[in-house]
Amino acid sequence: MLSDQDRIFTNLYGFQDWGLEAARKRGDWDNTKAILDKGPEGIIDEIKASGLRGRGGAGFPTGLKWSFMPKESDGKPTYLVVNADEGEPGTCKDREMMRHDPHKLIEGCLIAGFAMRASAAYIYIRGEFFVEANNLEAAVQEAYDAGLIGPNACGSGYSYDVFVHRGAGAYICGEETALIESLEGKKGQPRLKPPFPAGVGVWGRPTTVNNVESIAVTPTIMRRGADWFAGFGRDNNNGTKVFCISGHVEKPCNVEEEMSIPLRELIEKHAGGVRGGWDNLLAIIPGGSSVRMLPKSICDDVLMDFDALSAEKSGLGTAAVIVMDKSTDLIRAITRLSQFYAHESCGQCTPCREGTGWMWRIMERLATGEADVAEIDMLLEVSTQIEGHTICALGDAAAWPIQGLMRHFRPMVEERIMDRKNKQPAAA
Amino acid sequence: MKRVPAPAEQQPGSFAFTAENLEVAKGHIAKYPPRRQASAVMPLLDLAQRQHDNWLPRAAMDAIAEILEMPRIRVYEVATFYTMYNLAPVGQHFIQVCTTTPCWLRGSDDVISACKSKLGVALGETTADGKFTVIEVECLGACVNAPMMQINDNYYEDLTAESTIAVLEALAKGETPKVGPQSGRHTSEPAGGPTTLREFMGDG
Repeated sequence: MLSDQDRIFTNLYGFQDWGLEAARKRGDWDNTKAILDKGPEGIIDEIKASGLRGRGGAGFPTGLKWSFMPKESDGKPTYLVVNADEGEPGTCKDREMMRHDPHKLIEGCLIAGFAMRASAAYIYIRGEFFVEANNLEAAVQEAYDAGLIGPNACGSGYSYDVFVHRGAGAYICGEETALIESLEGKKGQPRLKPPFPAGVGVWGRPTTVNNVESIAVTPTIMRRGADWFAGFGRDNNNGTKVFCISGHVEKPCNVEEEMSIPLRELIEKHAGGVRGGWDNLLAIIPGGSSVRMLPKSICDDVLMDFDALSAEKSGLGTAAVIVMDKSTDLIRAITRLSQFYAHESCGQCTPCREGTGWMWRIMERLATGEADVAEIDMLLEVSTQIEGHTICALGDAAAWPIQGLMRHFRPMVEERIMDRKNKQPAAA
Repeated sequence: MKRVPAPAEQQPGSFAFTAENLEVAKGHIAKYPPRRQASAVMPLLDLAQRQHDNWLPRAAMDAIAEILEMPRIRVYEVATFYTMYNLAPVGQHFIQVCTTTPCWLRGSDDVISACKSKLGVALGETTADGKFTVIEVECLGACVNAPMMQINDNYYEDLTAESTIAVLEALAKGETPKVGPQSGRHTSEPAGGPTTLREFMGDG
């Protein structure tokens, strides 16, 4: 198990104060200038060497992403945008970092922004996180007042601003280009790529969008070194990670652990185990609602990292582990997710706008058993027509939970249909 | 829930920010680059809603369009796209119960039933005294503290039918119930005490 000395988010649960003074005692803002003195290339090389992969779901190498930003300034501003629009069902880690450890994020904004030669950071926080946004804004003000950001940030001669922008309730704004549209004061509808944000982002300027956790771990990696961070987890899956364990466990919780920890160990060590014991487990969604579920047989020994979970046709996603025991109506659980995606589709692309609602309606029929068995194949066929045929990944995210259900639990769905048919009086 | 703008008879004829809020609005606009003031449309809509009993009349959207030099339709688009903007009056206590899968697995149906029976309203309705509106919402990002509901700006977590009713009763009496987990735990640590970070529980 990861030792407390190797945990980055030492105030994850908010037992201590979130303010600057307490944050400094926890090691934040400790000679940040020395980190900036390594220069943009030095910082990017260190982050690349640490093996840090994006913590928002896609797992793209963070240092590499930063290196796509222009190296030569054209005299106009460029931006770091922090995606704090946490809304993936099952996920509630960024919230804890922002309300309990906001200075880690703000210091990360400075270091990451400096590395990519940005002029300012905009932190886009979901609107419902009102208390979290207040803490974050107050922490930003503390950082300005202490000269840590603003003109001559940390005495480095570098001028850097950090702004907080509150969203207003739209899951789609967690998609980076929708978030950029929203930041420009528009409906959050994703843009076609290319051009990628590193070329044309917010207000037409080069922009990099990173998840809260990816940015907030940066200062600690720079202080303790790439080798320290790379020492956790398997190759290509390095570092520590905050996991959110929800659903049918004895003690749902957030916890920072080593990457590649076995799923079972994670649940039994920190969440008090599956309700009713491990053998009472039915299935787990291991990375937030958008990834395919895993049946118990795979959960028994699967590792929690990008490669192990994608090898099982699922994904680490946001590392939000949704546990479902044998009392769960799995078809109903997935139907509720289909309803979520239908509600959150932005309406831009036809396959998603029409398809998410259609899939939800069919799932409702499967949940009650009133559907015909042939509708299962029709649903899977339609799900593949949506997947990959939309501007952003919301269409894929709506398709995958259904595909995961059918991949592992199709007999259960068929059984429900047959049960209902058998109970119906024969037609006269 | 269908989001339908309030009918004409409920719409006020005009809207203006208070002098104090106008200063706050200027502060928001200053966060964005010159000529990019449209970016402030979301914070200004939020500000207007807070000034106007937690809902946005069309006159407020028009006033914001003028301040930000935006076509009115662009402001209407934003106000109708994002679910946190209430387009019609809501109760003094605006209750949003999360029913997405992680909350549903932990009993959000009980929270919904408790709200409905305690307040005597269906989802989307407001009590006759105008004190409470209850709606069902999608994931609010507090999944390890499920089930949960948001009332105005505050999260109430680790709910049961009983604790839901206790929160509603306290609000009805004009009290301020404790925000956060109703189960006795601090935040998102495992119930009964954290398995990690025990040495970081003191004053630091």
